Parts: sequence; C-alpha cells; structure tokens
Amino acid sequence: MRIGVYVCHCGGNISDTVDVQAVASFAENQPDVVLVRDYSHMCSEVGQKMIWDGITDHKLDRVVIAACSPQFHENTFMATVEKAGLSPYVLEIANIREQCAWPHFDLPEAATEKAKDLVGMSIAKARLDEALAKRTMPIGKRVLVVGGGIAGIQASLDLADAGFKVYLVEKEPTIGGKMAKLSRTFPTEDCAACILSPKMADVPANPNIELLTFTEIEEITGYLGNYEVTVVKKPRYVDTEKCTACGKCTEVCPVVVPNEYEEGLTSRKAIYLPSPIAVPHSFILDDQACLGLFPMACERCSEVCEPNAINYDDTPERVKFTVDTIIVATGFDIFDARGKKVYGIEHSRNVITALDMERLIVHASEGKPLRPIGKRIAFIQCVGSRDEQVGNEHCSRICCMYATKLSQLLKRSDPSRDVYVFYTDLRAYGKGFEEYYKRAQRTGVKFIRGRVAEVNSSSSDGKVTLKVEDTLTRQIIEADFDLVVLSVGLLPGEGTKQIARILKLAESPDGFLQEAHPKFRPVDTLADGVFICGCAQGPKDIPDTVAQASAASSRAIRLMNKGEYDIAPVIAFVHDDLCNGCGECIGHCPFGALVLTQTASVNEAVCRGCGSCISSCPTDALDLHCYTNEQLLAVVRASMDSKQEGEIRILVFADDQTTYRLADNVGTGKLSYSSQTRIIRVPSGARVTPKLMLQAFELGADGIFIGESEEKSSPYPHSVATIKKNVAAVRDALSKRNIEPERIRYAEFVTVMLGAFVNQLNGLCDFARSCGPISADQRRGLAHDQVELKQ
Amino acid sequence: MANRLMISTGNEEFLERISEMSGQIITLCEQCGVCSGSCPMVSEMDITPSQMMRMVQLGQSEVLRAKTIWLCASCFTCTVRCPRGLDLSKVAEALRQVILRQAVDHIDIKALPRDELVELPQIALVAGMRKFTG
Amino acid sequence: MEPDIHKFPYYPGCTLKTTARNFEVSALACAKKLGIELVELPRWNCCGTVFSLTDDDLIHHVAAVRNLIRVQEMNRDGMVEENRLVTLCSMCFNTLKRVNLLVKENPENLEKINNFMYLEDDYEGNVEVIHFLELLRELDPGAISQRVERPLTGLRVAPYYGCLMLRPREVGIDDPEEPTIQGAILAAVGAEVIYNSYMKVCCGSYQTVNDKSAVARLVYDILSHAQADGAQAIVTSCPLCAYNLDSRQKEVREIYPDFEQIPVFYFTQLMAVAFGFGADLCGFDPNQLVPEHLLK
Repeated sequence: MRIGVYVCHCGGNISDTVDVQAVASFAENQPDVVLVRDYSHMCSEVGQKMIWDGITDHKLDRVVIAACSPQFHENTFMATVEKAGLSPYVLEIANIREQCAWPHFDLPEAATEKAKDLVGMSIAKARLDEALAKRTMPIGKRVLVVGGGIAGIQASLDLADAGFKVYLVEKEPTIGGKMAKLSRTFPTEDCAACILSPKMADVPANPNIELLTFTEIEEITGYLGNYEVTVVKKPRYVDTEKCTACGKCTEVCPVVVPNEYEEGLTSRKAIYLPSPIAVPHSFILDDQACLGLFPMACERCSEVCEPNAINYDDTPERVKFTVDTIIVATGFDIFDARGKKVYGIEHSRNVITALDMERLIVHASEGKPLRPIGKRIAFIQCVGSRDEQVGNEHCSRICCMYATKLSQLLKRSDPSRDVYVFYTDLRAYGKGFEEYYKRAQRTGVKFIRGRVAEVNSSSSDGKVTLKVEDTLTRQIIEADFDLVVLSVGLLPGEGTKQIARILKLAESPDGFLQEAHPKFRPVDTLADGVFICGCAQGPKDIPDTVAQASAASSRAIRLMNKGEYDIAPVIAFVHDDLCNGCGECIGHCPFGALVLTQTASVNEAVCRGCGSCISSCPTDALDLHCYTNEQLLAVVRASMDSKQEGEIRILVFADDQTTYRLADNVGTGKLSYSSQTRIIRVPSGARVTPKLMLQAFELGADGIFIGESEEKSSPYPHSVATIKKNVAAVRDALSKRNIEPERIRYAEFVTVMLGAFVNQLNGLCDFARSCGPISADQRRGLAHDQVELKQ
Repeated sequence: MANRLMISTGNEEFLERISEMSGQIITLCEQCGVCSGSCPMVSEMDITPSQMMRMVQLGQSEVLRAKTIWLCASCFTCTVRCPRGLDLSKVAEALRQVILRQAVDHIDIKALPRDELVELPQIALVAGMRKFTG
Repeated sequence: MEPDIHKFPYYPGCTLKTTARNFEVSALACAKKLGIELVELPRWNCCGTVFSLTDDDLIHHVAAVRNLIRVQEMNRDGMVEENRLVTLCSMCFNTLKRVNLLVKENPENLEKINNFMYLEDDYEGNVEVIHFLELLRELDPGAISQRVERPLTGLRVAPYYGCLMLRPREVGIDDPEEPTIQGAILAAVGAEVIYNSYMKVCCGSYQTVNDKSAVARLVYDILSHAQADGAQAIVTSCPLCAYNLDSRQKEVREIYPDFEQIPVFYFTQLMAVAFGFGADLCGFDPNQLVPEHLLK
C-alpha cells in the first residue's frame, strides 16, 4: 500500500491557523504513507499536477488531501486521480479548513491537533478504500411536466423541441394558467392573451408532447430514470377530437353558473368552452352544474351536437406511464381577500381583486364593459402579503408592478379618472420597471405611501371609504372611492401543495417549493431528477417564470441527454458468509432494494446508499461500499489518537446532505464550537449502527452526536426513525453500565441552522465534560454488549 | 428650516430602553402607517402613532413630550393590525412609564370636579390613575 | 321546564356593584333562567382594571392573581366544581385573562408573584378566565330563543363591542374585525341586529377622565353611524363603554347640536326584557333614556 498525503495551505486560510508543517510531519510518520507534500493551493493546476506526479512517479495507490471541504473540490480531485489511472474512490479528503482553521481560528494549537486527527482518520479510511468503479445508470428521454401555465408550457416546448418526450399534465380543462386571464403584461403592455395563445397552440401541435388536460396526478413512485406516474383523467363528457367548438350546445343549455375564467364576473352554461383561447379548443360539460347525468334529465346539448361529441357516460380514466425526470410547474393561487376582513370585500361589490380588474379591463377594451369602473379608483397594495396578521410574511413581488400597470391603463383610457395606489414600499426592481413606474407617475397616477388601515362601505350609495396615513406627510387620509382594488398577493397553490406531498418535496417557510440551493441550484430539488420552475418556487413575473422554465428543462436535459448518468458506488452489499437468510433486513429498506432468495441481496439499481438497513442485520452481514463497517471503525479508532488523559472526545456523525454542509457553513461563518469534536461524514445518520456507537465508546469517545437532515427534506425516508431507534438501544446499553445515556444525542437540521448546530455540539461537550471522561473499566468490552432494537 | 437629526450612542440607549420595557423589537417597524390609520384618537394627536415609532427608532427622546403617548387609549386596534406584529400600545405605555416613574403625574385626579368624581364609574377612575399617574 | 343548574365562579368587579348594578342584576337573572348560577368570589378584590403593558412591571399583576387564587379556594372548599371564572365587565375580563395567560406562559413570573404573596396559597395556573358571552355561545342552539316570552321583534339594535373583549387577539373572544357574538344573542331574543364597522371602534375608554371632548367626538362617530344604519338602541357589555356612550351624549350634543339621543343598554337588560322579567330585574335606570317607547 502506498499512500500519498497532500496538505493545502489555502493561501493562508488554513496555514494562518493550522501548523501545516506539523500536520505534514504527522502524516510522514503514519504507516503506509510514502509521500507527503504541502502546497499553497492544491486545487490549482500546479497542485493537481503534484497529485498526478505522485500517482505516476511514486506509484501511489491511495490519495489523502487535507484541504477545504469536499463540497468544493472533491470532484476536481477525483477527476485528477481517475485521469492518473486510479479509481476515483481511493481518494479521501480531510476537511481542515471548514472544520479546523476556521471554527478554531482562535485556538491554533487545538486546530492543529484536530487537523492531525482528521488526516489520520482519512489515512485510516483510505487504507481500506476499495478501488470501486464509477457506476452508471441508464436513463431515457421522457419527462413529466406538472402544470400547464406559462411555466409548464415553456418547459414542455423546450423539451419537446430538443427531442424529448413530454407528458404535460394540467388539472384544469385548458392550459394557459393565470397568464391567460391577464389584460396586458408589465412593463411592455403586450396583450397577454395575444402573446400567449400562439404558444398554447404550439403544445398540441408538437408531436413530442402528450397533453393531458383536466387530469390530476394520483401517484408518483420510483426514482431518477424510472418515475412511474399514475394520473386520473377526469370525465369531460365531450370528445375533444370530435368537438368542433361550434357552440350550439351552449346555446341550448338551460343551466347558468358563474364563469371561473372571468373570476365569476360573468356567467357560463353547464356545457361551455373554458376560455376563448382554450387549448384543447373543445367544450366541456360541468357535471356538478348539469341538470343530472344519472339519469339524464335534459339531454338538450346532445340533441344539437352534430359531430356527436357528447358522451354522458364518460368516466374517470386512470392512466399510467413512466418518465425519467419531472418538472413541477404548478404555479400559485391568489390570496383569498375574504381573509383580510378590514378590507371588507364581502360587504361591497365595489371592492374587487386585481385579477377581477384584469378581466374588467379586458372586456372594457373590447368595448363590452362588464360593469362601470367609475372615476375614483384606489389600489391597496400588500393585501395578503408582508402581513403577519394573515400569516404571510413574504413579498409577492409582482403586485407593485401589476398595480402600476392597471392604474395607468385605467388612467390612460379615461384621463378624467383619479387613480391612487396606496403602497408600503414600491418595488420596481426588474428590467424596465423603474421606467414603467415613472410612466405611471407621468400619466398622473398618484402613489401614496401608506398601508390602508381599513375600508368601509356604505350600503346606501355604494361609496367605499378608506382610511390610511400618508406616511410621508403624516396626514390621515379618509377618502371615498367608486372602486377599491385589492392587490392580492401570491400563495403556493393547492396544486403545489399536492405535488409537494406526492413527490415529498421540501417547502420553504413561505410554503413555496424549496430549491436545492438558493444560488447554484435554483431550479433543482433535493429529489434526483425533479425540477421546479415558475411561481411554484416563489412569486415571480412572466419573464422570470419563462427563464426558470427553460432552466428547468435544460437541467432535465443535462441529466437525460447522455442516455446514462453517473452515480457514486455508495450502495449496500451483503457479506454472504455472514448472512443467515433470516430476512430481518428486507422491510428496513425505504426503497425496497433488499431482496431475499437464499440469502439477502441488494438491487443496486434501487439502493440509494443511505445505510439505514445495516443496523437491522442481527449477524452484521450488511455493509455499505465507501462507508464500510471496517472503515468507520478504523476512522473512529484514528479519531482517538491525540486524545490525552483526562480530555474528552466527542464524535459527530454528520449526514452528507445537511449536517456536513451545515458544519461547513458554521466554519465559514467562523463560529467557534468545541475543538474536542471530530466530525465523521456519513451518507445518513441512519448509517451509524448501535454497534459502531458502542465501539466508539469503547475506543474512547465521551459523547456521540448524530446530525441528520430534517425529516421532511431528507432524501431518505424514515432515517430519523432509524436513528431514534438506534440511539434508544445504545442509551439502554449505556445505562446498564451506569454511563449517562445523554452522552449520545441526535438532531435534525437544515443547512442554515448554524446557531442550533453550535449549541447542540457545545451542549453535549459541556455535558460530557461535567460528567467527566468515561472510565476504562466502564468502556471495556462495551462493543460486545447486547443491544435491543425496539420498534 | 428643516431639523437636523444628530444620531449618537445616546439615541441607541433610548431605543434600547423603550424596546426592553415594551418587549417590542421596535426596529422591526416598517413605517407602513396602518397603526395611524387605525387609531381612533389620531385626530387628537400631535404626532401620529407611526411617527411615535419612528422617533423611538431614531432614539429621539423628544417623543416623551408628545401628547400622543397620553392619548393612546390602549384599544389595541393597531396591535391586531400591525403587519409586523408589533404592539404599539406597549410602546406607548413604556413611554408614559418613563415619565410616570419619575413621579411626574400627567393628571391631577383631585382636581376633577366632585360631581364628575361621583358620576364616573370606578373602572374609569382607576384606569385613569393607572395610566396617567405614577 | 327549568334546566339543571351549573355553578360557575363569578367575578363582578367594582363597577358592577355601583354604577353598573343593573348589568349585574339582569345578568344574574338571565343566567339563572338558562341554568347558570354565577357564584360570587368570596373576598374578591380589584382586578387591577388595566393590564400593565410594560414587561418589567409585575407588581400590578398581583391583584389579578389574588382573585384567581380565590377560584382555587372555591373549588377546594366545594363551593363550585368549575375552574372557569366568569366575568361580565369587559375590562375585568381583559385584565384577568391577560394576567392569567402571562403567568401561565411565564412560570418564572408566576413564581415571583407567588413568593410575593407568601401568605396566600400558590396560584397553580389552572383557572381559565371567560366572559359571560362565551358561556351563552356554548349553550345549545335555541336555548336562549326557547325561553323568550316577549320577543324584541321590530327593535333595531346595534351591538357595540368596544375593545377589550376583542383585542388583543390572544384574549379576544371573537373575530377582532367582524365580531358576531353579541349580535347572535340579540337575534336569538328577536331583535333586528345591525352590522356596523364602528361597533369595534374604541369609545375613548379611560380618556373620559382626562379629555371629555375627545371621547365625545368618538362617541358621536359610533352613535351617529349606528343611527344612520337605522339603530334604535346600542347594546354593550362594558360598563365603561356604556358610561361613555350614554353619559357623554350630553357633551356630544354640545359639539354637534343636531345629534339625537339614543339609548344604551347592556345586552343582559334586553335579554331580561325578552325573558319577561320585571322592571327590577331588567334594571332600567330612571335617569336613563326612557326605553318604554321601544319596549312596550
């Protein structure tokens, strides 16, 4: 075995605190280490050349790099190692920047000791590294796009044009979403329907798109490259192929109900065309409004339908198909203004929402006004946004500009109107927005800075009075208006919540879908191959939505285009000699990757490498590549090397997804925590078996902390439950030896919980210190204690 | 001529003191004016409630001379409407208390006419004493 | 058939024993009719009247906690088997409920207060403070209307809520912007209830001690809007609101000579009328604006 160790200075980031020479000398004295180098920037081309030379000239077969967190350059170094002819999995990284130099910047000696340990731990692990090959998985070119608003339409067209097969699922009878209802778009004032309808028409015309309207997603199972989708096509009772949209059915239908497309401002019949620009351009029968289908009470529409498109016996149809990736474009709902009682939308027809106003303007501009708009109009901003009283703290981002648009359209169409916009902060942040705001001001729209306190309506004359402080002059305005328009905010829609449940997607605190990384993975989710775009991710305007939709389709294409994708060989395997075929493990895999024949075996295509199953094996036959039982034991042993008499040592098992990165963030923030901690990277906290914990205590640990991704954003279902079970079992075992069971703790994190992480670690260190180190007597033979896993 | 506001550590101390007494994070006020528009007493006030918040934010202890702090009727209308969840009635009380705790009363109950004293419900008198005297 | 009687500890507060005597008399009678016996707290003291709003002031919460201890004692001594303390006066309700919440949520504060009152039993934090209106809301639908003997048909009343039973949100017994709890009871006794957004606007409260004209202007706003909407009477549940809305009408007329007077009642007075009680239990004040022309 020939191990090479490279210690990086990181241009002073590491070497200003950690004594790099001392770390290098430590490495030189380790068995199997044949080469040690230190350099200012290992990630540079020069640094990589050093690694290359080490492998080729010194015949290294294992490489340890002590540098920054693996999240930054692990891929770079793996590529170097691979190019030099080794398996990329014989590389180990000791994170001596985020875990030593930065959090312990004020304790150079402790930081150096810890760095030595981390290098020792990496060497120990490297020694047992298997020369695994990269794994590839086949992937097809099929995509599910959920939601047929402008985001879903754009994503579908991009994918279809690039040659991918798209299933576009929309729950409404037509695609087009909210944009189809708008009058004009800001700041360019294009007619929304005019620019949208050609795009809508492109969808059914594209042979690569299978359009499923009036269809709900029922279930999605599987994984990247093999998502199995079940949808339910709700009955339309009208055959979209046969319907010519002649409209004769509507003429004879006797039932009149409010028209959703027109926000209830007009009515429609029970059989109707969902919108003038509906795609598919077909009528639909509303079975809730129809006089009665079973038995048929009326049948007048069928009598007049020449192409015989009406089928009263239509039923829901369940359809299944398989896709490789998924794009979620489920959009938003507007805030229900009835929730803001002070604005009294329920008490006056002269208080309306901005979406109502969009429809009024559309009809007025067509010369067919739905109702008088009046001369004095007030817009109230931030209705349902930025308001803790209704539980929504977020800014909806588009309301300032749509009010700026609507107000000037009203003012321009009738300059004798008085149009006021009452705002809290006017946010004209986008391209052309400031200019557009100025245009509104020039047009004569009056912008008054103040959040409206209340709206009162008089039942007699229909006037609406609002009360507000002009916060710039500190005067209280009490004024009458003909019409008050509530600039309602955006909320994650019911559809968005539903798909989040089905796909187990994380939501940010505002309820919109959480992206994988706010800066660098803005349209990815933590679910492999699932992408988000448009207002499902957060409020945004049309260009941002379209840009995100294209980004999401491009990210999906990136995964599918090669026909295969790389995955780390972190998968479970079975030591056949140890497996007695008891089958205990089978139910413990959250993905169903374990199969039992004579002995247990692992379906490598399904295994996600969390390691949850391993603690379920009574004979220690289960194991995990890249994090084997033997390797983790060696790492734990090495972590005790520098431990002095009377000192305490805390081991932190950090899940790769969250806790490891959280520890990095803590380091980057130079937040200090106890230097007696040693962090060990694991795929999931559930990988840490009771046996490993007991081994750690036997070998010298005085406390163990397990950090795991918060349950709802964890890539591994049930991992938290497994951790709880494992921890409880070990606590029992410790108690039996009169060792404080609180020496082992766990917590769920998200990557931003810096304070919580520091407090948890320090809390455990303080506790262990107050109890004192565990005595040698208590430790002896601990690893052989029986543990009992309770359900 | 416009006033010139000098901001020094003294301003921070006043802000901190009022924040502590009221238990409100006064810097959260975004000056939207909902409190002022909602206040039933605002037409009697010399500065609006939002202005009172602004002056505390800027540490202007002159706010203690404002009539506004005595006109607050603790009706909590602003409290249930503040989009930032602030309780302005607690801020006004803290400002009153700064003065009352120096044993400076705002009203002299003894000076009220006798018939008035007899007629007033006890809760009015006791509440008045609690709010206006130290 | 008379209903089974359920006993509740009851806190009257000072004003119900003096200027608002009619509120208490009518409330106790109506309660009894509905199977509720309000048992007055022994040795009750002032609730503190207003809840101290500064975080560093604990001493003013002592008075309220002392009353809560009385409820514990009543249960201990078998006078009642009920931890819910019923109040009638909105100010007492608000003060007692807020103090109760405060000490329940801050055990350290409770401990300090308990230590301060070392001669009393410790308050254990298991009392709940409610308003009489909440009890009425809990009754079976129809419980009130079934007992009506003289429905107030044709009487248009505006229920006035004021502040302290609605706000702040954590103590409010109804939606702070669109309350209905009083209106529902008035409808149950046959009156026509007028919705009006001024019914939750402050009457000026204790400012009546300091600034009568400011209060008069508020009272004018409240009353004139109710009158414009056709109200013939105002109904309230707070003795201070009742005082301001009623007695300050004199000052209102000085500022607004065209203002016409309007009677102000406690909701329990109208219930008492509807239940067919005699004048003594309805508690109409001889000096009060004469209600006879409304209530034949």
